Amino acid sequence: MDTSKEHLDQLAHIRTMMERSTRFISLSGLSGIFAGIFALIGAGFAVIYLKLGFPYSEYWITPNANLTSRSAIMKFFIVDASLVLIASIVVSTLLTVKRANQNGQQIWNVAAKRLFINMAIPLLTGGLFCLIAYYRYGYIGMIAPLMLIFYGLALLNASKYTLDDVRYLALAEIVLGLFAFYKIGYGLLFWTIGFGVLHIVYGAWMWIKYERNS
Amino acid sequence: MIDKLNKAFESRVRLGIMSTLMVNDEVDFNTLKELLDTTDGNLASHASALESLGFLQVYKQFIGKKPNTSYKVTKDGRKAFNKHLDALEALLKNR
Repeated sequence: MDTSKEHLDQLAHIRTMMERSTRFISLSGLSGIFAGIFALIGAGFAVIYLKLGFPYSEYWITPNANLTSRSAIMKFFIVDASLVLIASIVVSTLLTVKRANQNGQQIWNVAAKRLFINMAIPLLTGGLFCLIAYYRYGYIGMIAPLMLIFYGLALLNASKYTLDDVRYLALAEIVLGLFAFYKIGYGLLFWTIGFGVLHIVYGAWMWIKYERNS
Repeated sequence: MIDKLNKAFESRVRLGIMSTLMVNDEVDFNTLKELLDTTDGNLASHASALESLGFLQVYKQFIGKKPNTSYKVTKDGRKAFNKHLDALEALLKNR
C-alpha cells in the first residue's frame, strides 16, 4: 500500500471531520436566488400598491401624510415582507434538505444548530429594534437601513459556522445599510438591492462555485 | 526520526473522534456517532480506548431519565494529536 497516499487520506479525513462538525455547508446557492426573486416580487408589489415613481423616495408620505394612511402603509409592508420571508424560508429549507441528502449530511446537526442560533440572535434583535423604532418612535425611514445592517451583522456572525464566502454578502449588506441610512427616504430602493439583487448575485456565485459540477 | 505517527490514531474512527473534539469544546455520544457514521459499539470501544490512554475525558450525566455521555479532549490528547499531525506533515514533506 502506498503509504504517502495513506497519510494524505488521513489528513483529508481529519479536515473533513473538523469541518463537518463545525460548519454547515449544505445551504444551496439556489435558495439565495429564490430569496432574491421573492424580494424583488415583494418590492414590485409595494411599488404597484403604493403607486410609487422611481426611485420611490419618501414612499411613506407619497399618497398623503396623515397618520392613518401611514399605519396602513406600515401594515402593508409588514404583510408584504413577511410573505417574502416565509416564501424564502420554505423554499430554502426544501432545497437545503435536498442538498444535505446529496452530501450525506444530516440536516439538524450540531453545525446547523450552531449556525441557526448565531444567526437568529442578531436577526431577532434587529427585528425587535425595527418594531420598537416604528411603534414607539415612528421612525419609519430607519427600518430599511436597520434591516440591512442587522441582516449583514447576522450574516457576518453566521459566516463562522458555514461557508466563509457568506462574509462578502454580509459586508455588502452592511455597507448598503449605511448608505441607506445616509439617504433616508430611499429605503425601499436599498432594501430591494440588498435583499433582492445581492441575494441573486450571491446565490448564483455560490451555485457556480460549489454546485454546478455536482 | 523524531516525530513518529501515533499508533493510537491509526483507526479512522479514532481519528474522527479526535478531529471533532479538537475543534469542539464538548461533543455528546449521539452527535459523534452521527458525524462519524458509525455504530454504538464501535464508537464506544474506540472512545474508551482513547480514554484509557488519557486523551479523552468522559462525562456521564442524565438528561431527564436518559443517560447522556459526552466527551472532551484532554491536554495530553491535544498534545498527542498535534504531534501526530506534525508527523504526518513531516512524512509528506520528505517523501
